[in-house]
Amino acid sequence: MKKTVQNLLVVSNQQLNKDQALLQLKSDVPLEGILPGQFANILVNKSHNIFLRRPFSIYQVDYKSNTLYFLIKAIGEGTKCLSQSAMGDSLSVIFPLGNGYSFPQRKSKVLLVGGGVGVAALMILASELHKAGHQVEILLGARSADDLVELDVFSRYGLVHTTTEDGTLGTKGFVSAHPVFGKEFCSFDMVYTCGPEPMMKAVARLSGLSNIVCEVSLENTMACGYGVCLCCVTETTEGHKCVCTDGPVFDTKKLKWQN
Amino acid sequence: MAELSIDIAGLKLKNPVLSASGTFGYGMEFEDFYDINTLGGIVVKGTTLHPRQGNAYPRMAETPSGMLNAVGLQNKGVKYFCEQLYPKLKEYQTHILVNVSGSTVEEYISCSEQINDLEHISGIELNISCPNVKEGGMAFGTSCPAAGTVVSAVRKVYKKHLMVKLSPNVTDIAEIAKVVEGNGADSISLINTILAMAIDAESRRPVLSTVTGGLSGPAIKPVALRMVWQVANSVKVPVVGMGGIMNATDAIEFFLAGASAIQVGTANFIDPMATQHIISGINSYLDRHGFKSINEIIGCLQM
Repeated sequence: MKKTVQNLLVVSNQQLNKDQALLQLKSDVPLEGILPGQFANILVNKSHNIFLRRPFSIYQVDYKSNTLYFLIKAIGEGTKCLSQSAMGDSLSVIFPLGNGYSFPQRKSKVLLVGGGVGVAALMILASELHKAGHQVEILLGARSADDLVELDVFSRYGLVHTTTEDGTLGTKGFVSAHPVFGKEFCSFDMVYTCGPEPMMKAVARLSGLSNIVCEVSLENTMACGYGVCLCCVTETTEGHKCVCTDGPVFDTKKLKWQN
Repeated sequence: MAELSIDIAGLKLKNPVLSASGTFGYGMEFEDFYDINTLGGIVVKGTTLHPRQGNAYPRMAETPSGMLNAVGLQNKGVKYFCEQLYPKLKEYQTHILVNVSGSTVEEYISCSEQINDLEHISGIELNISCPNVKEGGMAFGTSCPAAGTVVSAVRKVYKKHLMVKLSPNVTDIAEIAKVVEGNGADSISLINTILAMAIDAESRRPVLSTVTGGLSGPAIKPVALRMVWQVANSVKVPVVGMGGIMNATDAIEFFLAGASAIQVGTANFIDPMATQHIISGINSYLDRHGFKSINEIIGCLQM
């Protein structure tokens, strides 16, 4: 759908753990054709310290109720404010922004790798890939079991693997240490990842070694979200590209940090 | 409905609201949001003779009521502009001005000459005030002799409307404005961003890759108002005011200070509809106070 700026109504705010909230926002205009990987830029407007909007992956879309879901982790002042939104609040949201992930042409086996709040970019992707008939596996990593949310929802769309740094759930360690990257890894046709940069770089490197196409979703700091401030650039093989309009999804082969 | 049209040294604008360079791309980026022909004009992204990659990331820092940027004039160069962007821009039913920057006087001249040949470009905004490039830019805008040299050189080759955008990073803005006027500027726009800095206390490092950058947003509005007022009282050419304008009230303050038109910059990042709210808000203000035309409030600050 075309980019739009709208005041969306908070219809629910579910606190998933100590710092993550799942916001459901209702739109007055009909939602249509939102692509997995696209994002929204949300106004906080509570303090003069928070001047710019905050970008968030669109976590899920429910076309029947005309609502958008956002997984918000309270990290700084802005995200904390948003994560405490109350039912009935109105939020100014610019959406949908950026490009989506690319989908395999034929039936494929795909791996989604998410770390920390990066999993927010993968829910709608997992559900759409599943709906399109692809075989989906999902590897989610976090510091501790408490940080991993919505695993039951992810498991509707594919086999879920987990890693935690403290070993409280799944394999102990970083996601890159998970056995899914073992000798069976080459059975995947495509890898999608979103999370902390060192994790994405590790996943991109492992994918590259096995000649598997790997797409990442980047989240550079940005002002506008629609390609006019030119602040969110990342270095690519074709020069500086805006994460907001040329991305946020990139084939890792095009990124300079691949090297 | 009051009359919003205004004549800026022969440039007839349907209303006094323009988009500021570097905050509006080439206009196309806003087509999903509204009909950009509703604007008085569009000042497109800073254009240089040669393509520029701009500065390294991070280029932006959020600050109280504002932001710093250090984009560094990223653009594909004037040749690309003429061949790829102009064919689209010439279809717009509003004035298009091209912001022109350079590292040397020769670059300014060559870039302006090429834009002079484009029929549907109404004017250039000569950028002698970019704080984010190592050479040129602000260096031309912070010294009277340098400003005079570059404006007079471009005036010789550029035949249409020549707007000159001033830097606030000077001791006496009125002196620079007078020099710019004396060397042939048709109008003066101000202010560009204020040289500033952000530090990350946790990492004990500067936030921006370039260490310093340009501050914009509501934080700079009082400085901008003061400078617009000083310049409007020092020159005869029309003044185009900008700096932290977020809403119609901000815009009205600039008209009262002496601006004949205003540019909306950073507000475009926060609200893509900002210019539209500002245009309708100016109308409401004029109606509410019984003014028939925008001309009736320009420079009408009551002392």
